[in-house]
Amino acid sequence: MTDTTQKAAVEVTPAAPVPAPASRRTRTWRGVTPWLFLIAPLALLITFTYAPIVNMLAYSFTDWDGVSPVLHYTGAENYQEVFTRPDLFEVFWVSGYYLAASAVQIVLALYFATVLSFDVRFRNFFKGVLFFPYLINGVAIGFVFLYFFQDGGTLDSVLSLFGVHTDHAWLGTPASANTSLAGVSVWRYLGLNFVLFLGAIQSIPGELYEAAELDGAGRWNQFRYIIAPGIKPVLTLTVILSISGSLSVFEIPYIMTGGATGTETFVIQTVNLAFRFNKTGLASAAAVVLLLIILLVTWVQRRLVPDDKVDLV
Amino acid sequence: MTRRTISRALVHLSLVAATAVVLLPLVVVLLTSLKSEKEMANTSGALDLPDDPLNLHNYVAAFQDGGMLSAFTNTAIILLVSVGGTVLIGSMTAYAIDRFTFRFKKLVVALFLTAALVPGVTTQVATFQIVNSFGMFDSLWAPIVLYMGTDIVSIYIFLQFVRSIPISLDESARLDGANAFTIYRKIIFPLLKPATATVVIVKGITVYNDFYIPFLYMPSEDLGVISTSLFRFKGPYAAHWEVISAGAVLVILPTLIVFLSLQRFIYNGFMRGATR
Repeated sequence: MTDTTQKAAVEVTPAAPVPAPASRRTRTWRGVTPWLFLIAPLALLITFTYAPIVNMLAYSFTDWDGVSPVLHYTGAENYQEVFTRPDLFEVFWVSGYYLAASAVQIVLALYFATVLSFDVRFRNFFKGVLFFPYLINGVAIGFVFLYFFQDGGTLDSVLSLFGVHTDHAWLGTPASANTSLAGVSVWRYLGLNFVLFLGAIQSIPGELYEAAELDGAGRWNQFRYIIAPGIKPVLTLTVILSISGSLSVFEIPYIMTGGATGTETFVIQTVNLAFRFNKTGLASAAAVVLLLIILLVTWVQRRLVPDDKVDLV
Repeated sequence: MTRRTISRALVHLSLVAATAVVLLPLVVVLLTSLKSEKEMANTSGALDLPDDPLNLHNYVAAFQDGGMLSAFTNTAIILLVSVGGTVLIGSMTAYAIDRFTFRFKKLVVALFLTAALVPGVTTQVATFQIVNSFGMFDSLWAPIVLYMGTDIVSIYIFLQFVRSIPISLDESARLDGANAFTIYRKIIFPLLKPATATVVIVKGITVYNDFYIPFLYMPSEDLGVISTSLFRFKGPYAAHWEVISAGAVLVILPTLIVFLSLQRFIYNGFMRGATR
């Protein structure tokens, strides 16, 4: 209480000589002005981000079907179902494929970023080629790779050029299908990681390399002692984005297989529960679980890397 | 010396291999899109060249029967309105937060900050009910409002930029009698051009490519955007890879043109958007 009065008292004392105290009307007007700028953004933010979160929490404790006016409070039953029904929880294992793919993706992106940060011929061409897939429409990518993995499609044709003849149905078994889909996700997202790493590497001052070269350091030592520490913040960010990305995969498997042959992911399952089977309550509980996991991962990242850029005020 | 040459050759080899992996699936789809139904039936291999490289028959089919024309129109409308709205909302929020002190400012900033952590895919179950209760379900408004209302990244980008504009500019304008809106409109907004360009590019590409939101909120066929219209090819053309390929190429082509002409802005934009 004393704190606030003190603060108010300080604010009243003008720091700079002001001609005359502003009239009451101007003062109220000045107080209202920022809200006039913020009213639309805040209304949208609350309606489409915060209200859904609150509602979702509420739905998750009910058996609502999303349509009927009646709903019953069921306590934590939905949560119990999410964690104990094997077919509901199983989809988390599919994320493992995408997680493994992210690891491959990060290593490849690091390699290409390092290589292309040095002077290489056709550097801009390679940079563009590696990045472009990230910009392509997800449905188009899905179709491109459906043809790629088809019987007698691109992959089989290329393999037969090398004398490998296979009638393996790439999307036919769960393990093979998930690996193929995770591969597509590497193809699609590698470019973003690569460009982020490249930007971080290029912001390292060039003299450092020159000094290292004078000291006789090879490429590997340059990478280890100059590049690796320089990109640590971006690397952590990328790891976190990959983890939450792997947990919320939707487009590629939904478009290519529709979640068939064991490729169903958590988000596909939630969408199906909510919009196909009208189990809004259960779907909400599942979404709350996913949201909590992702927030937890982000929280861990913020603890690991205190990021001053996030500090806005 | 020879070791260096070998390692350099290996590096180039890896780059060429990566280029092949990226481009091959795309090139094959381009080739397929130029083949006729007969060629496809005669088991022309995936890597074979089309008989007539100027056979645009499949493109016509995709464009007319696949409803790509209305899809491009719908996408263009959504794109214009939502990107314009995002720019306005983002710059206004950034201006208000950076240039004014007001009560609950900390709370407002915290609200925007925390929202950035919530991935949109997780909350759609409940967002759907809200959109539906406004009567916006199955109309172009649903994606427009959702794209405008849930973009925190662009607010970040604008905020970084507003900060770099010296306050003395505002003050001298205020001495000349300008009010807050005139300052925003005549001084701040024009100086935000680079940030606006970044937001327009990043947001534009994101909206153009989005599948999830139009798929959930606009099931009507005549409300198809390019993603959902292309997705619907899967049914009627299931066995006609030449038409599906043409559709995919039609969708990818604008992206390629934008990428080639705005390369540098695009790299910077996505870097700023991701590292915010």
